[in-house]
Amino acid sequence: MLVTGVARQLGGRFVRRIQRDPEVDRVVAVDAVPPEHHLGGADFIQTDIRQPTIARVLAESGADTVVHMDVTGTPLGSGSRTTVKETNVIGTMQLLGACQKSPNVKRLVIKSSTNVYGSAPKDPAVFTETTPPKSLPSGGFAKDTVEVEGYVRGFARRRPDVAVCVLRFANILGPTADSPLASYFSLPVLPTVFGYDPRLQFVHEDDVIEVLRIASHEPERGTLNSGTFNIAGDGVLLLSQCSRRLGRPTVPLLLPAVTWAGSLVRTLGMSDFSPEQIRLLTHGRVVETVQMRETLGFRPKYTTAATFADFARAQVPGLLPPQVVAAAVDRIAALPALSGGRASTRTPTQNPTQSAN
Amino acid sequence: MADAKVIPFDDDRSRGAAVQRPARRRAAGSRRKGGAEQAAVREPAAAVRESAVVREVSPLAGRIPAQEDVHVTRENPEAGVKQPHDEAGLEQRVARGLAFLRRRLTGEYEVDDFGYDEELTDQVLMSLLRPVYEKYFRVEVKGMENIPAEGGALIVANHSGTLPLDGLMMQVAVHDRHPANRHLRLLAADLVFVLPVVNELARKLGHTLACAEDAERLLGQGELVGVMPEGFKGIGKPFSERYKLQRFGRGGFVSTALRQGVPIIPCSIVGAEEIYPMIGNAKTLARVLGIPYFPLTPTFPWLGPLGAVPLPTKWTIQFGEPILTDGYPPEAAEDPMLMFNLTDQVREQIQHTLYKLLVQRRSVFF
Repeated sequence: MLVTGVARQLGGRFVRRIQRDPEVDRVVAVDAVPPEHHLGGADFIQTDIRQPTIARVLAESGADTVVHMDVTGTPLGSGSRTTVKETNVIGTMQLLGACQKSPNVKRLVIKSSTNVYGSAPKDPAVFTETTPPKSLPSGGFAKDTVEVEGYVRGFARRRPDVAVCVLRFANILGPTADSPLASYFSLPVLPTVFGYDPRLQFVHEDDVIEVLRIASHEPERGTLNSGTFNIAGDGVLLLSQCSRRLGRPTVPLLLPAVTWAGSLVRTLGMSDFSPEQIRLLTHGRVVETVQMRETLGFRPKYTTAATFADFARAQVPGLLPPQVVAAAVDRIAALPALSGGRASTRTPTQNPTQSAN
Repeated sequence: MADAKVIPFDDDRSRGAAVQRPARRRAAGSRRKGGAEQAAVREPAAAVRESAVVREVSPLAGRIPAQEDVHVTRENPEAGVKQPHDEAGLEQRVARGLAFLRRRLTGEYEVDDFGYDEELTDQVLMSLLRPVYEKYFRVEVKGMENIPAEGGALIVANHSGTLPLDGLMMQVAVHDRHPANRHLRLLAADLVFVLPVVNELARKLGHTLACAEDAERLLGQGELVGVMPEGFKGIGKPFSERYKLQRFGRGGFVSTALRQGVPIIPCSIVGAEEIYPMIGNAKTLARVLGIPYFPLTPTFPWLGPLGAVPLPTKWTIQFGEPILTDGYPPEAAEDPMLMFNLTDQVREQIQHTLYKLLVQRRSVFF
């Protein structure tokens, strides 16, 4: 088995986990930079998947399963957006080219993202795997994933003997997540778009590892693990709910101001608050996971809310921790004369509500 | 700031209705939602204040049962003082209100995939709409027995009134008058989901985009779905064409209902046409603003925000006999001829009922 993108936390965890499966003899882990974490007993080969050497690595390893996890939105360490895009798109092309030449490859798993659906007000509320996006992502990671999926579809046509599984993950969160959304949620005060309360869906890291494992093995009886699948935890959280559960107040800003501030921050290189991130935090995105359950036979352990709770536990408490707010309300409820408690009701309750909307 | 606007409204009401039961509807929610949201409600609310004081006597009988399920109350000292014998009930209400507040503030509530916040809708948004429904437009509902107690159904209604108040009133009507208190899930135009604040409220009220995917998903979940196929053609038609049904889109709603095998319930709304008599349409201005029409009424925009207060017409909402669709074979949804016939049948039935209701109507305002 050959796994790309192992220098990231998620890739490293997957490599460590997959070696415990009896079906797996040997794992070859590939990335352009050496990982900081250990990879269990896997063989690490430092190679850039943008280079044709990946074909040699694949041929020499004789891998029958390729798990391509090097499709990501953020650079690892110090990298520019151009590098990320090249790794995503050119890297995928090289890897697919290598797979096409290799007679051993039987199975290809691609980590994609629900970003491919874009996020627009004119979209249906829930995306299925077949929903065409109303507005194609114009750039950034979302466009990369659309292009990557396009090449993967081409590959699947040319090599019908290879089982290709494209997993479209919702926003991945968990105690160790290092996605742009996770860094957004760790801001002390959350800037939001005024007048919009997006619906968000999360998937837990543990579930990501598990579903990648299912996809990279032979399918269980009665299930099928080739095709395209949305992967998300059950249920939906609104951004306002997220901020309240985290205890971080929100600052609603007008949409043009947010867009402008986002581009300013990007120009200054302070953080990568990309336009598609802003669109997600404006209009939100929800995907249907019936295929994941019924065809792929995967049931996530964590719901969206549970994923978020697990993520929130690992965060430093916000300015208005929900426990404190709840305790304040309870104190008011315990007051003997409620008319006397009126003045104090207002102070703790008013601030978070006003800011949370 | 928005608070200051609402408080006198409540005081007025409780003073007026103190004999019966103080209106303690001023919920946690009226405060907890953003100022802009209230700005939208403020105009009708201000008008309700007047009408509520004037028309105190007649609608009270109908109002009390409806109030029973509004238990969002937060502590309201004035009310507590006036009704000492109601102490235990009040305490319960306060406890419930605080529990509600606690859930809201800590984010421990649920929304569905469409962003529908049932709790917020029932406890807060409905109680904001209810005065408009009961006091201002004095909506009379007929044919509620035509709406099934459970399972999916598609309610098809006429659309009018410049602003989509008719949809909201229909939602209140179904929720308050139906024995099972069903929630109506409206399908709204894409413009609704582009506008800030409006889109947030619409999602929380359970509305979603009028597209076949969303409609089928909701109907598949056994929800009651409301659609107004006339769209902007109906809501933005001039006053001279009132109660003349416009073209029903491309009849997509019929194929959706057929595919899901749910009944189509025609619904006729009388009264909404006259709330904003649209005597002109500033098309250039509308194009500049990116909206489908810019209404000119005898009062709007000449009187400014005051001109945006709808006229207090008397409304009647009649739900008609359901048109069953489960008898058709699955491929029927692909048959354009059948689609057109069914669309016409629904349209005719709504138009017919509209004429009947108009004949029965004594006057526009009473």
